[in-house]
Amino acid sequence: MSEWPLYEVFVRGKRGLNHVHVGSLHAPDDKLALMHARDVYTRRNEGVSIWVVRASDITASSPDEKDPMFAPSGDKVYRHPTFYDIPAHVPHL
Amino acid sequence: MISDDLLGSEAHWAFGTDFEDPLAGVDTTVPDDIDPAALARYCLMLGDDALVLSQRLSEWCSRAPDLEEDIALANIALDLLGEARLLLARAAVADPSVVPSLPDGSPVPAEDALAFFRSPAEFRNVTMTELPNGDFAETITRLLLFSVWRLAEFESLLTHPDAVLAAVAAKGRKELAYHRDFAARWFVTLARGTAESRRRVLTALAGLWAFWPELDAPADVEVVLDQVFAAADVSRPEVTPARGLGRECVHTEALTDLLAEMQSVARAHPRGLW
Repeated sequence: MSEWPLYEVFVRGKRGLNHVHVGSLHAPDDKLALMHARDVYTRRNEGVSIWVVRASDITASSPDEKDPMFAPSGDKVYRHPTFYDIPAHVPHL
Repeated sequence: MISDDLLGSEAHWAFGTDFEDPLAGVDTTVPDDIDPAALARYCLMLGDDALVLSQRLSEWCSRAPDLEEDIALANIALDLLGEARLLLARAAVADPSVVPSLPDGSPVPAEDALAFFRSPAEFRNVTMTELPNGDFAETITRLLLFSVWRLAEFESLLTHPDAVLAAVAAKGRKELAYHRDFAARWFVTLARGTAESRRRVLTALAGLWAFWPELDAPADVEVVLDQVFAAADVSRPEVTPARGLGRECVHTEALTDLLAEMQSVARAHPRGLW
């Protein structure tokens, strides 16, 4: 229904470590948005936790700002911890 | 019972694994101290309720007020269909004489024979489940009344001496708790929404309330319902109870129409393999 606000949905999978954006939906209020998200995005046993947030409450970077925002980090190789030996038993690094 | 095909190979799913068979490890022999015919009859009552309401909810597919509600109602219909399968299968094991006979060599399993080859006069669902959908408010109101009652019924079955029935209840109560919350949320939302949505909910409740006594709900179930009504600022309608005899296999024309549609393909192909 077009007059319902748009919500963005984030789901944490069974083996996932963090919530991942999976899509969006419309709902009349926050609680029903959560129920809709459960029905639309976790019906195949995908999730153990859901976040929903009104799309209008998200402040996003603009594609116009792409260069000033992200290009400067493109050549700072020394910021990557790739100069260390990582022990094999340390996961998720 | 969930087939091995469905549970066996999970490698091709991106995520969403670890599906559970609700009857895994459950002793399926009927205990000696249980009357098999009575157990079968009871399983048919609960199974037919779920099967018939599932069919009604399925009619919303592609017709719900919006995409999200369409999927929500279909999910609930599938939950109920799953409960119906387990319960009809249990009825067939407890008392094979309830299963309609099919042509020799028919591959149709007992649960399908019960679903597709019984006449309306052999169904034991309550009248409320077979009534036509009406509008969205009517569907939500029926789902609220039905799932409030059914959740309480399933919770009382958790300690049932038949281990299969107890396992079905343990699986189903989680589904029903969601159905109840979903329906209650929508019931309150509609009742406190616009003048039109409130009018529709009140009309739906006035029509369905006559069929509430047929569920024969214990008093603590009505307490739950009263909490929802209070949140919705709605009071119990003053209506004369309908003469609901679904448990005795007496039904309205609506069930005949529903079954005619649901059963037509299976009946046209009694040797069909699905």
